[in-house]
Amino acid sequence: MEQKKHWQSFGELNQSAAFNKDVKDEFNEELPMVEDESKSFLEAKAPRRDFLKYLGFSTAAAAAAASCEMPVKKAIPFANKPEDVVPGISKYYATTYVQDGDTVSILAKVRDGRPIKIEGNDLCPITKGGTSARVQASVLDLYDTSRLRFPTIDGKEVTFEAADKAIAAQMGGNMVILTSTINSPSTKAVIAQFLAKYPGSKHVTYDAVSYSAMLLANEATYGVRGIPSYHFENAKAIVSLGADFLGTWLNPVEFSKQYATGKKLDEKNPSMSKHIHFESVASLTGSNADEKYLHRPSETLAIAAALLSAVNGTGVAGITDAKLKAGIEAAAKALNAHKGAALVVAGSNDVNVQIIVNAINNAVGAGGNTINWGVLLNTRAGVDADFAQLVADMNAGSVGTLLIHGANPAYSWFAADQFKAGLAKVKTTVSFAGKVDETAELCKFVLPDNHFLESWGDAEAKTGHFSFIQPTIYPLFKTRQWQDSLLKWSGATEDYLAYLKNFWSAKLGGVNGWDKALQDGVVALGESAKSAGSFNGAAVAGALAAVSSAKKGGKVELVLYEKVGIGAGQGASNPWLQELPDPVTRATWDNYLIVSPAMAKSLLNIDISNGGQADAYEVNPPKKVVKVTVGQKSIELPALIIPGTHPETVGIAVGYGRSEKVGKSAAGVGKNAFALASLSGASVQFVNGEVSLTLTEETYPVALTQTHSRYDTEQGNRTEVVKELSLAAYKHHPTEIREERDKELKPWGGLEKFESQGTLYPVFERPGIKWGMSVDLNTCTGCGACVVACNAENNVSVVGKPEVLRGHEMHWLRIDRYYSGDLENPNVVFQPLMCQHCDNAPCENVCPVAATNHSSEGLNQMTYNRCIGTRYCANNCPYKVRRFNWADYTGSDSFGDNQKGVVNDVVLDMNDDLTRMVLNPDVTVRARGVIEKCSFCVQRLQEGKLKAKKDSRPLSDSDVKVACQQACPTNAITFGNANSKESAITIARQENPNRQFYVLEQLHVLPGVTYLAKVRNTDDMPHHEGAEAKTEKAHG
Amino acid sequence: MILSRSIAKASIAAFLFSVSICFSVAANAQDGKALFSANCASCHAPHKKLTGPALAGVEARWSSKENLYSWIRNSAAFLKTGDAYANNLFNEYNKVAMNAFPTLKDAEIDAILAYVNSVPDPSKAPVGAGEGAAAAANVEADNSLLFGILTLILAVVALIMLQVNSNLKKLADDKTGQPALEPIPFWRNKAYIAMVTVVLFVVGGYLTTKGAMAYGRSQDYQPEQPIYYSHAVHAGTNQINCQYCHTGAAQGKQATIPSVNVCMNCHQAINEYKGEKMYNEAGEEVDGTAEIKKLYKYAGFEEGKPWDPSKAKPIEWVRIHNLPDHVYFNHAQHVKAGQVACQTCHGEIQKMGEVKQFSDLSMGWCVNCHRETKVQFKDNGFYSIYEKYHADLKSGKIDSTKGITVEKIGGTECQKCHY
Repeated sequence: MEQKKHWQSFGELNQSAAFNKDVKDEFNEELPMVEDESKSFLEAKAPRRDFLKYLGFSTAAAAAAASCEMPVKKAIPFANKPEDVVPGISKYYATTYVQDGDTVSILAKVRDGRPIKIEGNDLCPITKGGTSARVQASVLDLYDTSRLRFPTIDGKEVTFEAADKAIAAQMGGNMVILTSTINSPSTKAVIAQFLAKYPGSKHVTYDAVSYSAMLLANEATYGVRGIPSYHFENAKAIVSLGADFLGTWLNPVEFSKQYATGKKLDEKNPSMSKHIHFESVASLTGSNADEKYLHRPSETLAIAAALLSAVNGTGVAGITDAKLKAGIEAAAKALNAHKGAALVVAGSNDVNVQIIVNAINNAVGAGGNTINWGVLLNTRAGVDADFAQLVADMNAGSVGTLLIHGANPAYSWFAADQFKAGLAKVKTTVSFAGKVDETAELCKFVLPDNHFLESWGDAEAKTGHFSFIQPTIYPLFKTRQWQDSLLKWSGATEDYLAYLKNFWSAKLGGVNGWDKALQDGVVALGESAKSAGSFNGAAVAGALAAVSSAKKGGKVELVLYEKVGIGAGQGASNPWLQELPDPVTRATWDNYLIVSPAMAKSLLNIDISNGGQADAYEVNPPKKVVKVTVGQKSIELPALIIPGTHPETVGIAVGYGRSEKVGKSAAGVGKNAFALASLSGASVQFVNGEVSLTLTEETYPVALTQTHSRYDTEQGNRTEVVKELSLAAYKHHPTEIREERDKELKPWGGLEKFESQGTLYPVFERPGIKWGMSVDLNTCTGCGACVVACNAENNVSVVGKPEVLRGHEMHWLRIDRYYSGDLENPNVVFQPLMCQHCDNAPCENVCPVAATNHSSEGLNQMTYNRCIGTRYCANNCPYKVRRFNWADYTGSDSFGDNQKGVVNDVVLDMNDDLTRMVLNPDVTVRARGVIEKCSFCVQRLQEGKLKAKKDSRPLSDSDVKVACQQACPTNAITFGNANSKESAITIARQENPNRQFYVLEQLHVLPGVTYLAKVRNTDDMPHHEGAEAKTEKAHG
Repeated sequence: MILSRSIAKASIAAFLFSVSICFSVAANAQDGKALFSANCASCHAPHKKLTGPALAGVEARWSSKENLYSWIRNSAAFLKTGDAYANNLFNEYNKVAMNAFPTLKDAEIDAILAYVNSVPDPSKAPVGAGEGAAAAANVEADNSLLFGILTLILAVVALIMLQVNSNLKKLADDKTGQPALEPIPFWRNKAYIAMVTVVLFVVGGYLTTKGAMAYGRSQDYQPEQPIYYSHAVHAGTNQINCQYCHTGAAQGKQATIPSVNVCMNCHQAINEYKGEKMYNEAGEEVDGTAEIKKLYKYAGFEEGKPWDPSKAKPIEWVRIHNLPDHVYFNHAQHVKAGQVACQTCHGEIQKMGEVKQFSDLSMGWCVNCHRETKVQFKDNGFYSIYEKYHADLKSGKIDSTKGITVEKIGGTECQKCHY
């Protein structure tokens, strides 16, 4: 077996012409220097004479502009300064991110009265300081220009008093409160109070992507209509049947943290959890799995049944595919080998699958160990049958009043037309949506709720684990918390804040307890012991019987999935999330049809193992459009070829095709795929066994970023930018990577002396501080939380789809996706890549104006006001991490017209006065024509140093946390002063000498970022010695 | 000229002498100053009665130092002992009780007292120092004038010599019988034209560059403010500590302009101006009492009635110090970590009526200071990580008189201020 070869793109796999050309260029496009070389210079669009004319004019104009009088600026202090507020100093308030059941305890960084950044709350026992991309991006939603600014009746502005009066007059009949999952105990009490006041009214919970099957299966087998707590950290063997638990399944922030615990490798005592994944369409979790097997969605039930049978020792039955069969056997073996430390999860919304999964978990002793029935997870509670019943009731005319909070079925219900028709028959419709979403648009009354950063509240993500919401800013608009409305309408005299305070003071031993809980953001009450639950296997036989009667899939099957950033559509109106490249597909700003390389050949006539065809597919953004038909419904979407997808399955992300009223960034982006789902039994199925695909003549451009920042590795002997090995290989030969590095650097002194002998330059001393970072590729799941955190912290511009298409995205931190192995089902490695802060940086010595240079603390500094935009540095950067402001993305030019026709509406929206409130005042907003890049969050470093200086003590790790590190749910990033002996970065480097490597080390750029190689828990044993001998011969 | 220079020399010497005396005392009172600022300055000044009495010479007024210590630690308890001086004092200051400072140690109180006594009385301020500075400035002005005149004289001499040279050459040529060329008038002489062009280019270029760099800078900017607030009265005459009002200076980026409630802390009681006459920049007299009434208007305060702070409206001051957006400046870094005096950048603010921008706030000005100023290398624990420098200082490898400057630890690197 030859050495593992990683590839980022099909062009790289085939070493195609376009790839080899591209890796030599810094920029994706031709530079706009001379339009046509055959023409003489004078005939060119901008000949010399014109150039001189413009030069003269602009000099004169600049002089005239500069000599204008300085504007008079005001400095307005407080009238009465609050004691604890110091202008210019950020305050952190513990609060909770809550969206449709998702609950993450956070700290909101409030600067001069404005929340500008979200950080994880370390005190929270569930997330332990982790966040996700969506949590990080939620602060931008606060300043969304499309938020509803006042209550409306039939779309016209009214006051809350008028709305209350009108609603009171109209409210009647059977009343229904329709919400997404609510896990706030006080809100539940408020709802109960309202329901008690109006007998005959009821509360229906609706989740756009529901976990009905799981809830019902748990009811059938454990007698609890709820979801237990999962403990991935206790699991030595994890088997997932299509559950994307690191990306979108139930509570990914918590699961990522737990999963990473099992994946953290101790070099001295190497052991890891084993994760075997079965899926149909490439997902984030599948990409992280140790072993991954592809199957048709219609086979899920059969696989679950086979796994149960294999676990019980009765062999795999009913599976014909040899690979899949082997996978199930391997999974069963792993599970049985780790009884009591094994866990099976399934993403299917089929009750039978979930019942069988429960049976498997029972058989492998998961209860009480990896699954805790004593503490329930409350992030999803909706059962689709309840909502389907409501739609039927509405259509029957038996619902008089409908109050809607959080739920948006007019967009996300598979039969949205039925819901809309029913809604038209409801006399009084009230929406509490913060924006005029698809459902609110159809409601008579819209009483906008506060953003969560403006709200009071509480949440119980897990039984007994409470987190609290406190406002970090006064409501920006005329909005009111919906609980206040309910309280008012149920005749209560106190408002929700008073209600909440009383509610909790009683539980927490008075106001002091409440204050303390608010300050910490979390409190644990009445924690129950771990419980295995009592399994009732009566339903299992029925579920197993369903296998034989299950519908066989057709020629092509469909999977509808959620994206990490967009979710069920909640992220669609957030420009940061739209521009976040999807970890798996690396596409931005669209949804699309995911097809496998095999299907690409048959459906799209693209053979990606053919260099020319791969280039034609990859180099040109326009992708072939395919018409997907399910029954009567069909949508047309561009097709992307994603390895790791079953050859007879296609995937489409939900959450796109939103109404333009929810935001500029949602307008016209993608198509709504919810319509392709179907109701089967009590739950909505997001898979479909029978779809037909037709290739259309059309093409549609998709903004893929994977091929934008490629880099060559030809300079040295090393062929790999990313390093990966199997656990077996690591155990067999732990120092392999180190020896390989040493061998490679031998001509320049080997590992020890490479720094001094590999260069003509002197070695500079670094007294005091030397900043360093270490990224553990083993625990990095590629979720993208760091990318969004970086956007928020460093005022990184949103550039919009047309600019991403041109390779102009501005992200300072990107997550590269590498494939290796089988083209149809490859292994995936994610590698976060930011400026490496090279000590011998190639960008620095080519800058003609010294705008980028080195600091004595090891930072590669970028000085925007000195940069003249030659882009030499970007051209000379081996990592392609420098970003150029091609246009005026931030609106910082003196001449506003420079944006017209250059940047799209989304970018202009980001420059709105309201949206700009999210900017970090400590970071310069970059102007057009300058280069920018990761600064290691220098503003945080300076702040941390000052904190230590003020206290007259040496710097400690807790003083400085860079934004990506803070956001990471798996603690994959370590950062600190590498000169200090006690710092985490020094310890991380010392403890992992064998897995450690630098990217493109042989260039002698001396990067400041170390990576720890990915170790996959498989038994593969590559025969390196042989491969090396071969290489040497070739070089010989 | 010679006479004036000798005077200048003498005054510089006097100035340096007085400074050195100040330093010798300051060594003892270094902590005292900080303690005084932190604990006492809101009610006391060294030479001026505020809420409490002027503190200079306070030990002499008390019967024993022990009594003074216990008074400071807990005045209410000490009053109960029936000490006559203490009770008189209490009555004299309208029975306003002094805050208790139970944590202050004897040594700390001594340091405060030492500091208080080291502060010169402004009413008897030695006149020499100020004049010395002025004279020193004169010397500089004289020098540049001198150089100018010298340059001019030399230029004229050079011109004459050139003419003489060419005449002599002509004579010599005549003598040897060389055919004389028609003399070219100097305005058509290419050498002269080239020379003048070069000079004009250099001078013009210098002036243009200098002028261009000055765009956007506003040294000496002294706008009219909504209230004639005199730093001379508050910080000078009344010796109110800068950080009593500018509370943010030691904490964060902004020094912060005090809010109305801070003004009203004192001005609820101080409702008229009784000090020396004040004159604004135009030389017109300013009615201090009227200015206090302006404050009352902003504060929504009616004399004789209790003040309701919720009625206050913020005062829209005109911002004087404006740094460009791409510059990060942090007051705490300088005031707290660097222990830099406010006056270093803001000038003698305690003598300004309306504040003007003292420094040009240019990058050159910042960088110069960073090159010369020493950091608190030994006193601040943060710098303990620079082990090599500490060793070099000890071994004499680094000149300890020069010390560790801000530049030495990277204080002139781009990303210390631009990010």
